[in-house]
Amino acid sequence: MTTGIESPISVVGGQGAGRPRKRRRIRLLSRTDKIVLSIMVGIPTLIQLLLIWIPTVLSIGLSFVRWNGLDLTDIKAAGVANYSYVFKDYPPFWPAVQHNVLWLVFLAVIATPLGLLLAVLLDQNIRGSKIYQSIFFIPVMLSLALIGIIWQLFYQKDNGLLNFLLGTAGTPQAVDWFGDSDVNIWAALIAATWRHAGYVMILYLAGLKGVDASLKEAASLDGANAYQTFFRIVFPAMRPINIVIVVITIIESLRAFDIVYVINRGTNGLELISALVIQNLVGEGQVIGVGSALAVILLVISLVPIVFYLSRAFGKEKVQ
Amino acid sequence: MSSIEERFAAGANRPGLDRRTLLKTLGVGAVGLAGIPLLSACTGGSGPGASATASKSLSFGSGSSDEVPKAGYKAVTDAFTKKSGITVTTNVVPHNDFQNKINTYLQGSPDDAFTWFAGYRMQYYAGKGLLTPVDDVWDKIGANFSDAMKKASTGPDGKKYFVPNYNYPWGFFYRKSFWAEKGYEVPTTFDALKTLSAKMKADGIIPIEFADKDGWPAFGTFDYINMRLNGYQFHMDLTAHKESWDQKKVSDVFDTWKALLPYQNPGALGMTWQDSAKSLGDKKSGMYLLGSFVTQQFTDPALLADIDFFPFPEIAMEGMDAVEAPIDGLLLSKKGGQNQAAHDFLAFMGTAEGQDAYASKDPSNIATAKGADQSKFSPLNKKCADVIAGAKSISQFFDRDALPAMANNVMLPALQGFIKDGSIDVKNLEAQAKSLYAAQ
Repeated sequence: MTTGIESPISVVGGQGAGRPRKRRRIRLLSRTDKIVLSIMVGIPTLIQLLLIWIPTVLSIGLSFVRWNGLDLTDIKAAGVANYSYVFKDYPPFWPAVQHNVLWLVFLAVIATPLGLLLAVLLDQNIRGSKIYQSIFFIPVMLSLALIGIIWQLFYQKDNGLLNFLLGTAGTPQAVDWFGDSDVNIWAALIAATWRHAGYVMILYLAGLKGVDASLKEAASLDGANAYQTFFRIVFPAMRPINIVIVVITIIESLRAFDIVYVINRGTNGLELISALVIQNLVGEGQVIGVGSALAVILLVISLVPIVFYLSRAFGKEKVQ
Repeated sequence: MSSIEERFAAGANRPGLDRRTLLKTLGVGAVGLAGIPLLSACTGGSGPGASATASKSLSFGSGSSDEVPKAGYKAVTDAFTKKSGITVTTNVVPHNDFQNKINTYLQGSPDDAFTWFAGYRMQYYAGKGLLTPVDDVWDKIGANFSDAMKKASTGPDGKKYFVPNYNYPWGFFYRKSFWAEKGYEVPTTFDALKTLSAKMKADGIIPIEFADKDGWPAFGTFDYINMRLNGYQFHMDLTAHKESWDQKKVSDVFDTWKALLPYQNPGALGMTWQDSAKSLGDKKSGMYLLGSFVTQQFTDPALLADIDFFPFPEIAMEGMDAVEAPIDGLLLSKKGGQNQAAHDFLAFMGTAEGQDAYASKDPSNIATAKGADQSKFSPLNKKCADVIAGAKSISQFFDRDALPAMANNVMLPALQGFIKDGSIDVKNLEAQAKSLYAAQ
């Protein structure tokens, strides 16, 4: 613990003056300071350990056993049986992977650019900009129950708004937006976009505010049009935000869950890996081994892009 | 009602989890979830070793958290206290939580007596030694129950564990006036059912109402065709996985069902049972195979009085002997077995007196004890009761008779796929069953 406290201080102290001064600084840390610092470092570490690392390691362990969740003596080694079950025998798994990929592509190609577009438009000091911002951000704050009700009103087969607008409500041609497994994933994706775009918009609005206005001025003096100014100057200047957005988009698409859960708990064309994890781990259909294996698969998939982007982001910063 | 049923009986769109809680949990790392059962399992020791003295109190865990059944059980405990002077402390837990946490509940410090279901879900915990056999109670109340009820209350070791309170049958519900007007007659054979359906279709109505957005209602159709085709025992052996799924008998069930598929509501996968009940009430469809809880949706008394029901028609075996009628009742935990007062409470539940107390608040279900008051029954309830009383065997619904994971994770999506395009892979069902049952 002492080394943990010493090292950052020594860097600070070492910048301006020589060694004696650094020593004096360290002595400035009273006993109370040390205790406070230990607590401040220790508690988060403990929480992290307890809530993240231990469960993660346990899940990895549990994914290689068969267990009914009752007695610890009931745990039986299963080798990779749970994984082979998931890959070979579990019909919803591969559709779930496809849907997650589709989710990622859709968010990346439609939802995120839409959020960016909204942010750019609302950044133009138009009248009522704050009101629009609030409206677009509301979906991010709504609870699962409300989202379910709202989209139910849109998508209902016989008296939903959408079929009413299409003029098919109550007729046999009415599209069953939630029940038809060919269309319900798209219905869910629209609902996801509705939320994700608002989220991205708020982040980009903050980013746009952070871009130095003189950059834009300089660009326009050099004869760049609005299009060029944005894509050549402003967008690259928002690099830190862009990285955040990329990571958020990937994470959102991997843990996408609530919308399909509220529609039909992730069955019948709406399978997603996270929904399968929940189905297998929580409640009555609990199969701990299989659920853990699915969770580990999801973890591995999530780690790849996140590690890639974070290492790229931090790697470049070091070079600079 | 079985778990999933109950979960959605409350409303079409009942969210099980608050979004924020979910995100919080997911934020911790989806993987972290896997640790939860283990951690909680660690905390659960064996129940406290109380001495087997005759105490004057007991605790009662109830998963019946909805208003009506809650009032029903309160009436039971009040009547019991009045009669015996034993006080009952009731702990009501929301029913989803109660069911989802039953593993940890039984291993931690459970109440002496608690509400549960007959079937595999009872036998499983009995087999794990987490329940107390109540043969002493059955010596007193045995005469009150039919053989089918006794069979349903027996654990894997031949001892009795369960005391039934009420049940409700599954069958075809229809509107009497609508059928009389169109000249339809109740079919008693499968061929007659098909002929009737064809006639209804020609008349421009949906012959058989069907809803499977929630996944579980399709189990009812599967169970009945299976039992009518292969018999009750085969249903029990298949759900216990003593029979393979990869055999002709099972494929035959799906082939037989295929003949009905064109007559079932094609929009089933987007509908909840409440939607379907409405459609039946509006005379858009002819009949509806569901549990008798469907009548809860008919709040108009005139409409309710117009509802009648008939058992699933005969196909190949055992006529109409088997009835699907999930039973709800009470069990004793391992710890509760040492409390004589808890035994007495279960015995009280197994009498007409105890069940009448329950039914005074919740008249929608059928009391199981002989001699229970039927004077307040509607004609429909009476018919339901007669069908159950006349049954040679009572099945519990697929998700109560089978391993819950087999029902929820395997059969539910498989049946949805079958409803969509009539395809089913019994080889895969068997492969999944093998793996899941091995984990138990």
